Amino acid sequence: MKGPRIIYLIFFVVFVGILCQGLYDIHPFGEPREPAMDDYFIANAQSERAANNVVTSIVFDYRGFDTLGEAAVLFTAVMSVAALFRKEE
Amino acid sequence: MKPLSIVVRTICNIFAWFVAIFGAYVIIHGHLSPGGGFQGGAIVATFIALLLVAHGGKRFFEWVKMDIFTAFEGLGLITFVGIGFLGLSTTFLYNFLALKGGLFGSPVTIGPNAGILNSSGTIALANMAVGLEVVGGLSTIIIFMFLGMRYVMEGGKEGSEDDK
Amino acid sequence: MINNMPMIAVGALFVIGLYGVLFKRNIIKIAIAVSVVESSTNLFLIVLGYRTGGSIPVYTLAGDFKKMVLPTPQALTLTAIVIGLATTALLLTLIMLLYKHYETLDVYEIRRLRG
Repeated sequence: MKGPRIIYLIFFVVFVGILCQGLYDIHPFGEPREPAMDDYFIANAQSERAANNVVTSIVFDYRGFDTLGEAAVLFTAVMSVAALFRKEE
Repeated sequence: MKPLSIVVRTICNIFAWFVAIFGAYVIIHGHLSPGGGFQGGAIVATFIALLLVAHGGKRFFEWVKMDIFTAFEGLGLITFVGIGFLGLSTTFLYNFLALKGGLFGSPVTIGPNAGILNSSGTIALANMAVGLEVVGGLSTIIIFMFLGMRYVMEGGKEGSEDDK
Repeated sequence: MINNMPMIAVGALFVIGLYGVLFKRNIIKIAIAVSVVESSTNLFLIVLGYRTGGSIPVYTLAGDFKKMVLPTPQALTLTAIVIGLATTALLLTLIMLLYKHYETLDVYEIRRLRG
């Protein structure tokens, strides 16, 4: 009982230190580093895809393949729940 | 599980339909306002959960069959993949309906506008397909957990015909 | 320092969730901690895409706006929320079956082998 807790504590402290260093060095809040792709989406979503909602045009059109994988993940999770709670013969 | 008291059931009978209609609104207006298939589907699944909790399993399964939600889920996913394959003359998931006139094809004015429901091509169709899939999937999860709760707490076969 | 307050909130949420995953014994609390880590990830994506003074990336009845926040991190967050919901449902299902089999929720009791 005592051994794993010490290892967890060491890992926890080291990880929190690395995390604080990374969050300290990140770019300032409110000024994104590389917004060129998003500026293209904002400028052209209405003229290319006729969608008022830019987020929906990205989710279902520009990055539609991503959404297909997401729907497949949801389907797989639901089928796993159904398989775990199946009726016994 | 037994149904809740008469107060809860009466309030549920009145307000559950507003939840369902609001979910359908969020799904259908997904390309105009914040929202979309996933969020609206979650709201409609809340409607199913509300009915199930307020009225109990026995009356709920008199109203709807279990299989219809599984059918919704498969139908939604197949429709989404089919919309992707219909645009295959250019690329997979190409927006072949936008700005062509006809169904979901009217152009929009550039800049802030009031929004036209008959616009944005396959985005609206994919919203509806994904909304159908999320309704089926979340309802299936809720119903299976509801049936499995008795199996976990009391032992024995879950979902047997006499005590749902 | 005060300008980076959302980043600090992300770090605090992640540390709270990691503490719960590593040091709690009840498996339901571990599931809640995993959900907290998911929330910190979603908040991190949203914070990365914020522009000072930006409005939401929706043109319907937008009024006068100068600039919009980045839409791609919001789309990624939408994906992450749905996948987190699916994994949480599967996790809770497995916890229910574990409780059925072992009749306890303590992770140190569940570790021992039993036929």
